[in-house]
Amino acid sequence: MTELVTGKEGPAAAGPTAEQQGAEPTVVRVSQWSDIRARFFANKLAVLGLFILVVLVIVAVFAPLLAPFDPLKQDLANTLQAPGGDHLLGTDSLGRDQLSRLIYGSRIAMIVGMASILVACTIGIVLGALAGYFGRLIDSVIMRVADVFFAFPLLIGAIVVILLMGRGVLPVVLSLGIFSWATFARLLRSQILSVREMDYVHAARALGASQFRTIRRHILPNSLTAVLVYATSNVGIAIVAEASLSYLGVGVPPEVAEWGNMIAAGRDFMGVKDFMWMYPSLAIVVTALGFVLLGNGLRDALDPKLR
Amino acid sequence: MKTNKLNEQAEGDDMTSAETAGGSGPDKAAPLLEVRDLQVEFKVRDNVTKAVNGVSYSVDAGETLAVLGESGSGKSVTAQAIMGILDSPPGRISGGEIYFQGQEILSMPENERRRLRGAKMAMIFQDALSSLNPVLSVGFQLGEMFRAHRGMSRKDAKAKAIELMDRVRIPAAKQRVGDYPHEFSGGMRQRIMIAMALALEPDLIIADEPTTALDVTVQAQVMDLLAELQREYNMGLILITHDLGVVADVADKIAVMYAGRIVETAPVHEIYKRPAHPYTEGLLASIPRLDQKGQELYAIKGLPPNLQNIPSGCAFNPRCARAEDVCRTDIPVLSQVTERDGTELVGRGSACHFWKETIHG
Repeated sequence: MTELVTGKEGPAAAGPTAEQQGAEPTVVRVSQWSDIRARFFANKLAVLGLFILVVLVIVAVFAPLLAPFDPLKQDLANTLQAPGGDHLLGTDSLGRDQLSRLIYGSRIAMIVGMASILVACTIGIVLGALAGYFGRLIDSVIMRVADVFFAFPLLIGAIVVILLMGRGVLPVVLSLGIFSWATFARLLRSQILSVREMDYVHAARALGASQFRTIRRHILPNSLTAVLVYATSNVGIAIVAEASLSYLGVGVPPEVAEWGNMIAAGRDFMGVKDFMWMYPSLAIVVTALGFVLLGNGLRDALDPKLR
Repeated sequence: MKTNKLNEQAEGDDMTSAETAGGSGPDKAAPLLEVRDLQVEFKVRDNVTKAVNGVSYSVDAGETLAVLGESGSGKSVTAQAIMGILDSPPGRISGGEIYFQGQEILSMPENERRRLRGAKMAMIFQDALSSLNPVLSVGFQLGEMFRAHRGMSRKDAKAKAIELMDRVRIPAAKQRVGDYPHEFSGGMRQRIMIAMALALEPDLIIADEPTTALDVTVQAQVMDLLAELQREYNMGLILITHDLGVVADVADKIAVMYAGRIVETAPVHEIYKRPAHPYTEGLLASIPRLDQKGQELYAIKGLPPNLQNIPSGCAFNPRCARAEDVCRTDIPVLSQVTERDGTELVGRGSACHFWKETIHG
């Protein structure tokens, strides 16, 4: 907001002073955000990723309006119909409309994908910041715990948690979050280790900033870029993991319209009714791709030096 | 006019705080800052690097002490120890005391120490670009001083920030308050650092090579500004530098450091006329001079000592033309320098076995 105000007042007021001063040329003010925005939108793949995700969000939000049928309504007279006609993407073995299930499935994918990364991010940022800033014993303890979580493959770990908690959206979110935080913690820790040696951190200390303020104002904002980028890309991976859990029969309940469930239902008809698993698979791939492209685009826009 | 009002207010504050602390607190007769026999070492595995080996100096309110020395002479480490921002570990204060307004501060608990920083003593760093947070606007960073220390609202803090930017003569402060550090020139950034250090009107400012990263023309402007503000606020200033040219105009007295020790102290103008230590002599001789155009520049031969293995005796002896046997065995103490007839020269000291020969030729 401040940039906007200065931008407006800038040319009028900066002119005479620049003359007075002689040394300071009139600066064309480009705020950091407009810089970043320009770099992002110059990147075609990043824009494609954003486009995919915007479409997906619209589909998820307006699912009830877009879906031609109730995704749960069975029509046993019209089972396993090929795409075309009333059912654009065909029907499954219980006569449920595939397109409607696909549309509703985007809701679960988006919610679980983002929520689980949010959980992972929160745990990872708190623990990573503690480890990176305080170092020594706290660092050792947190990083050894992170190593333990690293040792579990994501799906195996998640299955264990779900077995303890029961099936449902919340257990899937939590289990995926719990087994993904370690990377975030490691990433943030390494960023903090370098940022905390920066001159401005020392300067802040020299001017009396408390530890908490130093972390919050100076260290975290300069360390979070990488975490943000990694989180964005990882939502795609979380969506794949969530679909995998449902496909394996430990995710959301089987009647729920969800992409993993749909692939599982199509498994028995592989080679006969390929449309049943192909479309949900395609949805997963495109969604994951969207997040990865967005993540890469953000990385390039936020830190052009990394490219 | 606004700023005048601000000053009055602040002076009022200072008086009240001095009164309240009166009983046990600041001793008005004592110097503003006194460092006594400070020793700092860095320990990395089994290697002990002795960065500061018994440094003593003092600064009064309104006085400027220039601490002069080459890289690794311990001048910055001493400053970090005073500020309490030494990286520890590996750094460790292994001896000595620091008195600030009569109170020993090395033994203070960290949170009391922190309250001194910014409010009572502040530091200006060499490279203003890296010393400012790149993701926050300068106005926000200036305002933080007031928000963190005085609990001001965001709006008031911003007004204060503009006031400060005016004070250090940043043109169009009102328009530029929302700009980021990279949008300012080097000189302007250093002004912002100065503004930040001065924000709470501290009693002591430590400036660690404040002009080294600047162009020569801008150096003078920034130095003048700093000196002017120092006079105005009657602050003590410790100016750390390796540039003898910067020192001459602004400093009252000078302390030359070598290998973690003070080798010579003197009022600033006397040192140029009559150095009392061979090292100072060498430094002065290395300044390029207009009247010696075309001649080769003088350089002190040899290299600064390895601080993990400081030469025995006087640390400067391997590079010194006057060195004799005693210099290789006995560490010279900082002793009073006198005229030929024995009259003491006020404020002059030299840590050389042969200071008489050096100063009197």
